[in-house]
Amino acid sequence: MKRIYCLAALAVLFASTSAAPAIDVAPAGAAACSGCHPMSRAVETPFTRLTGRNPADIVTATQEFRTGQRPATVMGRLAKGFTDDEIKAIAAWYAAQKE
Amino acid sequence: MTRHHVSRRDFLKRTTASAAAVTISAPAIAEGAPGRVVVVGGGFAGATCARALKRINPRISVTLVEASHAFTACPFSNNVIAGLRELKAQQFDYKRIEGSGIEVTFEPATRIDTDARTVVLSDVARVPYDRLVLAPGIDIRWDGLSGYTEAAAERMPHAWRAGEQTLLLRKQLESMEDGGLVVISAPANPFRCPPGPYERASLIAHYLKTRKPKSKILILDAKDAFSKQSLFLAAWKELYPDLIEWVPLSKGGRVTSVDPSTNTLTTEFGSHKAAVANVIPPQKAAHIAAVVGAANKTGWCPIDPVTFESKLQENIHVIGDASIAGGMPKSAFAANSQAKACAAALAKLLAGEKPEEPKLINTCYSLVAPDYGISVAGVYEPRNGQLTDVKGAGGVSPANAPRSARQLEANFANGWFKTITEEVFG
Repeated sequence: MKRIYCLAALAVLFASTSAAPAIDVAPAGAAACSGCHPMSRAVETPFTRLTGRNPADIVTATQEFRTGQRPATVMGRLAKGFTDDEIKAIAAWYAAQKE
Repeated sequence: MTRHHVSRRDFLKRTTASAAAVTISAPAIAEGAPGRVVVVGGGFAGATCARALKRINPRISVTLVEASHAFTACPFSNNVIAGLRELKAQQFDYKRIEGSGIEVTFEPATRIDTDARTVVLSDVARVPYDRLVLAPGIDIRWDGLSGYTEAAAERMPHAWRAGEQTLLLRKQLESMEDGGLVVISAPANPFRCPPGPYERASLIAHYLKTRKPKSKILILDAKDAFSKQSLFLAAWKELYPDLIEWVPLSKGGRVTSVDPSTNTLTTEFGSHKAAVANVIPPQKAAHIAAVVGAANKTGWCPIDPVTFESKLQENIHVIGDASIAGGMPKSAFAANSQAKACAAALAKLLAGEKPEEPKLINTCYSLVAPDYGISVAGVYEPRNGQLTDVKGAGGVSPANAPRSARQLEANFANGWFKTITEEVFG
C-alpha cells in the first residue's frame, strides 16, 4: 500500500514536471508595439512607455486614437487594425511587464 | 538513438580547437529539453528573433550565426549620405546579445544540412538545430542589370547595404562640382525599403540645395508608382522646386544598362551621363536562402504567415527582407515585428503547442528634410495563407498637414531608430 502510494506520488510529480506550463507569449499584436514604445528605461524617445502603465489608460487612449478623438500621427492608422478585445489584451500584457 | 553529451560551449570549443567536423544530429527535443534554435543573420530580423526567444523561454538554446562583428543599420543611412550623420551612429556590436545568454558565432553559414539539421560554418564546424531561422537579408542580383558588376559598384555605388558603399556615395557627392547631375536608378518591386530611394533623393537634395544649388537629381525608375508617392512629390515641390526630376517607367525611366567607365545609365529612351550615379539594383534573398532551397524562382522565400516556416523547407523559418511576407514591406520595422511573432511561434512549436495567429505592424518613416517626416503604417494578419493588410487600418500621413505635423513625425522617426536599435542591440 505504502509502495503504491509512493508510486502514485511519483506519478503526480512526474506529470507536473513533464507537463510544463503552457508557453506564455504576448497576445497578438503586443510584441509589435515595442518597435516604437520602448520596453527599456535606457532609451530616451518621444514615444509613450506602455510597460507598467494602468491598462485602462492604454485602452482609452487606443480607442480614442481609433475614433480620431485623440490627435495622432501613426497611432490613428494603427489603432484601426485592432478590436476592443485585442486592445484590452495588449494593455493588460504591457501593464504586467516590469520596466 | 545515440547522442554525444556535450554542452554547447564545449562543443564549440572542441570544434574550433580541432577544426574537425562534429555532427550532433539527435534533436534535443527528444530528451524533453526545450530545444535548440539557430538563427542565421544578425540584423533587425535575426538579432530580434534570437533575443525574443530567450525572453520567452530562457531554456531554449539559441545560437546566432553572423559573419560580421559589427552591424551597420540601413535606416537613417541616407542621413549619412547627405552628411547629416556619421556612419558610427549606424553601427552596433553583439556584446549585449552575447551577454543575454545567446551564443554568437562570428562565421558565415556556408550551407545547411537539412537531413542532419545542422548549419555548416566556413571552418567546417557544424551547429545543430531543431528549428532554424533564416534572416539573411538581401543580396544584389549581379546578373540583374547589364553592366552592373561588383567592380561597377565601386564607381557607381548602390549604397543599399550600409557601410563602405554609404561612405563612397557620400564622398562622391562631396567631391562633385556645383552643377553636377546626380542620377538615382530605382528598381522594380519588390526590393528592400520601398520608400528608400525617394528619401535618399530628398536628403541629397537637402544637401545640394545649400552646398551645390546649381546641381540636379534625376530619378530613373523601373516603376510607375512608389511608396508615399504623393507626399514625396508634394514635398519636393515645396522644398526642392526644380531640383528633383522623377522619370517613371511609362516615360522611359527603366534603366536597361550601365557603363561604369563613362558613369552612364541607359534607358530605352536614351542615355544619361552622371556626375554621381547611385544605382539601386534588383535584389533577391541573400545567397544562403537559395543554397538551402528556401527561395523560389522569384529569388525570395515563401513562408507560412503564422509560423514563418518556409513553404519549401521543413523546420526552417524565414523572416525579414528575405521572406515573401504578403502585404508587409521589406523594412526594419517589419523585420523586427516578424521576428517577435516568429519567436513566439517557435517557442510554442518547441513545446509541442499550437502557435497562435499573430498580428503584425509596420511603420516606415521617411525624412524629406531633417525636420520634415512622413510615414506609412500598416497592420497585418494571416488570411488565405498570406500576411494581409487589415482592412480599414494603415495608410500614409495626411496630405496638407501643417509643418508642425511633419516636424513631429521627424522627431518620431528619430525616436523610433533609438527604440528599435536599443531593443535589438542594446
